[in-house]
Amino acid sequence: MTPSFTIQRIETGADRGELRLGGSLTLAEAGPLWEELRRLESSAARGQSLDFELSAVERIDGGAMALLACLRAELQRRGVRSEFVAAGERVQRVVHLYGGDARVARLRSRRPLGTFDQLGRATLAVLREVQLALAFLGQMTASGVALLRSPRSANWRELPATMERSGADAVPIVVLINFLVGLAMAFQASAQFRRYGANIYVADLIGISVSRELGPLMTAIVLCGRSGAAFTAELGFMRVNEEIDALRTMGLGPMRYLVLPRTLALVLVLPLLVLLADVAGVLGGLVVGVWNLDLTPRGYLNETIRAVSVWDVASGLVKSVVFALAIALIGCQQGLATTGGAEGVGRRTTAAVVTTLFTLILADAALTALFRLGGM
Amino acid sequence: MSTALVRVAHLAIGFGETVLQEDATFEVEQGTIFAILGPSGCGKSTLLRCLVGLDEPRSGTVAIGGVEPGPTRSGRPRFGVTFQSGALLGSLTVEENVALPLQEWTDLPLDAIGGIVAAKLRLVGLQRTEEQMPAELSGGMRKRVAIARAMALEPDLLFLDEPSAGLDPVSAAELDELILELNRELGLTFVVVTHDLESIFKIAGSCIMLDRATRSIVARGDPRLLRDTSQDPRVRAFFHRARQEVTP
Repeated sequence: MTPSFTIQRIETGADRGELRLGGSLTLAEAGPLWEELRRLESSAARGQSLDFELSAVERIDGGAMALLACLRAELQRRGVRSEFVAAGERVQRVVHLYGGDARVARLRSRRPLGTFDQLGRATLAVLREVQLALAFLGQMTASGVALLRSPRSANWRELPATMERSGADAVPIVVLINFLVGLAMAFQASAQFRRYGANIYVADLIGISVSRELGPLMTAIVLCGRSGAAFTAELGFMRVNEEIDALRTMGLGPMRYLVLPRTLALVLVLPLLVLLADVAGVLGGLVVGVWNLDLTPRGYLNETIRAVSVWDVASGLVKSVVFALAIALIGCQQGLATTGGAEGVGRRTTAAVVTTLFTLILADAALTALFRLGGM
Repeated sequence: MSTALVRVAHLAIGFGETVLQEDATFEVEQGTIFAILGPSGCGKSTLLRCLVGLDEPRSGTVAIGGVEPGPTRSGRPRFGVTFQSGALLGSLTVEENVALPLQEWTDLPLDAIGGIVAAKLRLVGLQRTEEQMPAELSGGMRKRVAIARAMALEPDLLFLDEPSAGLDPVSAAELDELILELNRELGLTFVVVTHDLESIFKIAGSCIMLDRATRSIVARGDPRLLRDTSQDPRVRAFFHRARQEVTP
């Protein structure tokens, strides 16, 4: 298809030339227009002059004019004198609108940040995060003390709904995941136990590892993804939407009104979910024991009861309380630290999940070592 | 004798490394509608946040009724604030939003609180919206609910951040009428942050105008007088542009 524009390069003197444009210059034909312009201007050298002659242009739209202005600026920066000339009244108005008759500003080269600059900025960012986290913990402690002094001052109305969302609604996924973990572990272990004729000990392995380690950890990971991320997103949106500021101006601190009920809800529901997770994990092992290791359900359960002590279950519950605090506090802290719009909420939610997962693993390792060192 | 309700002295405000205002000093008289004007980015909303105690100024003092802008010793707020978006709690109904400060700071039974909420909503022209969620309301209605909530504890002073932002001309005019009526009938003092001059010419008795380049207050007084008599090119440019916008 023939383009609706024409371009010619005319040499008007020793070091003078013109790009004569005509017809209709529109963004719809920007591709061929740009290609032709670049081909014709490429030979212009420093000290020469190359003007855009527009007397035959019937129509020019903003996109095409932007391209011409961009090319003129580039030519001038290369040391080629270039102006728009002989434009009709209507075309000249577009030239003026797009700064085609203005002086071309020099580009400031932006110096890339050096290694030390980047290191310094990253350090400051980390310190700022630490400052925010410490301020949050300080406020949380003060609110906790105030709550103990005056229990009526807390926002108890939100507690049941949060417990339902974080606890009851999470039961199916927690049970399923822990059942499958018990099942998979028993499968992995069954080949080894069968080789030594120690089939029954699969019940010991599953019972102890699920109650002490996997039940609390897997449940906490599920709640981190469900509730921790939800807390961050909720509070982050409230912060962006100025709802947190509105609460403050009404004398309702976000700690007391938002963070404490969420934290308390998780501290109450996570141990209960862990108990369910323990049962589900043992049942997963039971299925493998009965179908793959020729054990009876009664024999498997009796061995589990014999092998798993009260402390095994209790240590998992102690861990679950610590995990609940970590999930709720990190989720809420990240939510309250949100700035910017929707992108800020997304960034903080990601940060909350990653930080919480890392903290859960760290806390789990620390507690396990502590319990072992204490002979428990 | 001065009846200033808000006294601001030598206030410097900003965020990060950016300084927005270096030495803001002004007073707001009791029972008046006072406007803080200026182009975008001059620090109007940051100044408001410092006035209501949400942000700390870099230096200088703010006194509301002779004391710092924080809540009373018990934590009960001494003034009402509405935000640009209305900032209603999205998980609560209109009634629950307006009832929130009453439940927190009074010992009234629920039926009495319900009566007060209904009266406040009637005052802002929003009868029979109690059960609606904020998401079901228009922008103008959300701002009216926010005003009702800010008035729940009967403050003498209301801070409004960009009350007409995002509203159609009819809703903005209705909101202006409401502010005038509350000022006239109840004697409420308003501090309004805005760049909507049409609204300001209608409601404000006095104003200050912040300037971004000099980081200072470049004009103060009656906004209509400033518009008509100021020789300051920054003030004239600001009012002239605004008049072009509002005059067809």
